[in-house]
Amino acid sequence: MSEAVLKELVASPETPGTKHFPPFKPTDELEAEATRRLAQFPDDHKRSAVLPILHHIQHHHGFISAEAIQWTADRLGIEPIKVAEVVTFYPGFRQSAPGKFHIRVCRTLSCAMGGSYELMDRLCEITGIDRSSLDPHHHPIAVSPCGTWSVEFAECLASCGTAPVCLVNDDFHEGVDADKSRQLLDQYAKA
Amino acid sequence: MSEIQYLEGKQPDPREHRMIFRNVDRVGWNPSIDRYLEDGGYEQLRKAMDMDPQVITDEVKKSGLRGRGGAGFPTGVKWGFIPPKNTKPVYLICNADESEPGTFKDRYILHQDPHQLIEGMVITCLAVGAHVAYIYIREEFPEAAKTLETAIAEAKGKNFVGKGVLGSDFDVEIHVHRGAAAYICGEETGLIESLEGKRPYPRIKPPYFPAALGLYMCPTIVNNVESLCHVKHIIGMGGDEYAKLGTPRNTGTRILCVSGDVKKPGYFEVEVGKVTMRELLYDMCGGPKDGREFKAVIPGGSSAKILRCDETFTLKGQGPDGTDKELSFWDIPMDFDSLAACGSMAGSGGVIVMDDSRKMSWVLNNINQFYAHESCGQCTPCREGSTWMRKITDRIVAGKASPRDIDILESVAHQIDGKTICAFGEACSWPVEAIIAKYRDELVADTKPENAEAALNPEAEAQRRYLQKA
Repeated sequence: MSEAVLKELVASPETPGTKHFPPFKPTDELEAEATRRLAQFPDDHKRSAVLPILHHIQHHHGFISAEAIQWTADRLGIEPIKVAEVVTFYPGFRQSAPGKFHIRVCRTLSCAMGGSYELMDRLCEITGIDRSSLDPHHHPIAVSPCGTWSVEFAECLASCGTAPVCLVNDDFHEGVDADKSRQLLDQYAKA
Repeated sequence: MSEIQYLEGKQPDPREHRMIFRNVDRVGWNPSIDRYLEDGGYEQLRKAMDMDPQVITDEVKKSGLRGRGGAGFPTGVKWGFIPPKNTKPVYLICNADESEPGTFKDRYILHQDPHQLIEGMVITCLAVGAHVAYIYIREEFPEAAKTLETAIAEAKGKNFVGKGVLGSDFDVEIHVHRGAAAYICGEETGLIESLEGKRPYPRIKPPYFPAALGLYMCPTIVNNVESLCHVKHIIGMGGDEYAKLGTPRNTGTRILCVSGDVKKPGYFEVEVGKVTMRELLYDMCGGPKDGREFKAVIPGGSSAKILRCDETFTLKGQGPDGTDKELSFWDIPMDFDSLAACGSMAGSGGVIVMDDSRKMSWVLNNINQFYAHESCGQCTPCREGSTWMRKITDRIVAGKASPRDIDILESVAHQIDGKTICAFGEACSWPVEAIIAKYRDELVADTKPENAEAALNPEAEAQRRYLQKA
């Protein structure tokens, strides 16, 4: 896979959230994480470390760029396509920057019965996010014009008894009906 | 030991039998190893260290423990499938990918009682001869992944994990591996592919039974979080004692997760089969919301076939002297065999309840959206079919369907069921088949113009607006 093909496959268009994340650059911390993770698998199965390395990159850089894919492939000694196919398959990996605070609203049955679609509507209303032009089925990420917020529907977050629920970055929030949207966002707006 | 106190408002129901969830919501509890040890933690591991691995497996077989992830396969029997003359490394994988809609039990174990899981895992490693174990945890549990990493480090510090466990010559390492938000990674062979760093396309069985050809083509045991926790208690009380809990063939306790239209949703650990649907939904969950009536229940995660609350089942040969027995929906005991006899399954223990405010076309559409999104795309019937089924129910909800669509929907489901590599094919087609079988008239009526435009409840209306924009 040539670099040009890879860049075409993972274009990572700029979003209003881009400014909140440093562009991908290999760091000592990343190298240490890769070494630690590789030690968890047999020497002839380095490919197993691809998910943990990508998680580390996404956590620091917001998404997985073509450069990040190339670095990961080189570090693991595998073809870039083998990293790219993972990035394009798993909904947990993004190819462009989310907002500074990324909100994942559960839309599966129990949360939907608890009002998660209304929650999503209200969050978009408050943050000025327009989801109307998006495909309603593949859960695309929508970023607010200011770049502070982004929203995405998630499938079952496994807390159906406290519906509706959502994740804001790594923080889990339960029992968040639409009326609590403002309160939820305020916690982060001040941060 | 003084009586255990639980947090205000989170006290267990008197009908519960707390074993796995003993420490969940407990006053003065925290996930640290010191707290766990104060409470007699890792005693069962010490006991297991003195047992022959075959004896551990035999105890688990005697206990009758059936896997709590969904299939209900006997855990001890699964362990016994490792080829006897195996010379390759053996792996243990804890399936912590909890993602079956309606299921929310492992979440509380992982966040609040990680050492219970680790103890169960180390005992299991002893039994199956594994020296490396992975906890494959869903990406959406970032806090739990950190809690587990900390707990493993603590356990290593006290020599319950690592080189020479408790001074023996037994080494075991446990690693936490995070998924990336794909439901299919809960399927054990999909999980293994994912752990190998690939797309999680399930493998075909035979030949790829994990116990023989699993991770890196080595024997691999994949068990659910809750199942592994039970192992600790089986060693503690002995297989025969454990088997006295619950009912014959459906032993032990299990955690039922109730969500949807009940007054008091939540988790309840009960002896398997000792609680009926009526007791669970009326007594433990407080009945339907005010002014509402129960309509339907999905008893074991969204893949389980839906049951109508006004149904009566005929159980062949289960009455006295081998006669047929009539069983009303409300009298179904919550166990594997009874729910299977009623045409559904106990699955993962996720009970989703719908009241008379819910239109079945909307419910089915929500479920279809889930499966269309989560199909891995490897097998054509599932990849294409799950999307077709979603599109048809999109049309019904948006008020643009015709009565013939119900027949088309049914035929698509029949063309997926049984025609795919993994059980996802059944998982996505069973809800469609069951809802059509039990609510055909309602679905057909929903396609008539006068009904299609009728107002839905507010939750459904929000979703309809969204679909109509598309």
